[in-house]
Amino acid sequence: MEVKNANAAMLSNYEVFKLLTDLKEQRKDAGKSKHSLGQQDLNTIMYETLKYLSKTPCSRQSPEIVREFLTTMMPQKLTKAVSKKSNLNIALISFQMVEESEERLTEEQIEELIQTVAGVLPGDPEQENAAAADAEMNGGAEQS
Amino acid sequence: MMRKAAGLVVFNVGLCICLYDITKLEDSYIFPGDGASHTKVHFRFVVFHPFLEEILVGKIKYCSQEGVHVTMGFFDDILIPPESLQQPAKFDEAEQVWLWEYETDEGAHDLYMDQGEEIRFRVTDEVFVDTSPTGPAAATPDNAAQPGQSTAAPAEESTEKKEAPYTLIGTICEPGLGLLSWWNN
Repeated sequence: MEVKNANAAMLSNYEVFKLLTDLKEQRKDAGKSKHSLGQQDLNTIMYETLKYLSKTPCSRQSPEIVREFLTTMMPQKLTKAVSKKSNLNIALISFQMVEESEERLTEEQIEELIQTVAGVLPGDPEQENAAAADAEMNGGAEQS
Repeated sequence: MMRKAAGLVVFNVGLCICLYDITKLEDSYIFPGDGASHTKVHFRFVVFHPFLEEILVGKIKYCSQEGVHVTMGFFDDILIPPESLQQPAKFDEAEQVWLWEYETDEGAHDLYMDQGEEIRFRVTDEVFVDTSPTGPAAATPDNAAQPGQSTAAPAEESTEKKEAPYTLIGTICEPGLGLLSWWNN
């Protein structure tokens, strides 16, 4: 086996989650298959990855939400690949996103960003409160 | 072969999860002396390879002198070394657990990093080790053994430690990082 391109494209957690869920459905339809050890390994890693992803916000996302998120974030001054992908993988604002932008955006703009993201992505109320508190904490740290 | 690739670490690429798509199937050939048919397949695989500085959430597997070992279920080899823990940090030998000696106005309040706890960390480094038989051998001292001279080399080879092919090094030494329970109100 030869590696042609180590990084053909970046996938968001949602895309991987969808892929694994579809693959799982396919296997179920194809009937029970529990033969070779090779098959076992595939199932284990797929199962574990799917388990991990279902506990993250991506399980509550959809292609429409992803599209809407990307179009909403376009005008924002964030480095393309890294920020958009990482933001998508976290339902609401994270320290990561705020830290990357703290040098370029004012606190006002950060607040605006938080509102925009919160408006577009689904999240649970518990996370929303924690994230808001964290963003404030970050804002406070910057001032001192 | 694609089934074998899942769960495997490809050197400098990442942990293979599952097949994404097949981009090209070349002609099949049968070579003399070999009954099997060979077909060159071009495919793309979904690979786990977080970028540096990415923030991830995992669970604490266990603690050791080396640091806090974290797992994500599908990927186990994540380490937060002692210097990257929230400071000041202390290793409790009896309990085999790292703790953060969190300072408050009322004095130090020990926050334990218990097994099973969810932990948010930032990726700071990645280590790929070529574990293939033809790959570069682990650093060995001068192998030229003179007759009559005893060498430590053979003994070392037989007690060689199994190294993980892909390890992530992380940090929690920032506001908001560490146990999720530390930051949830």
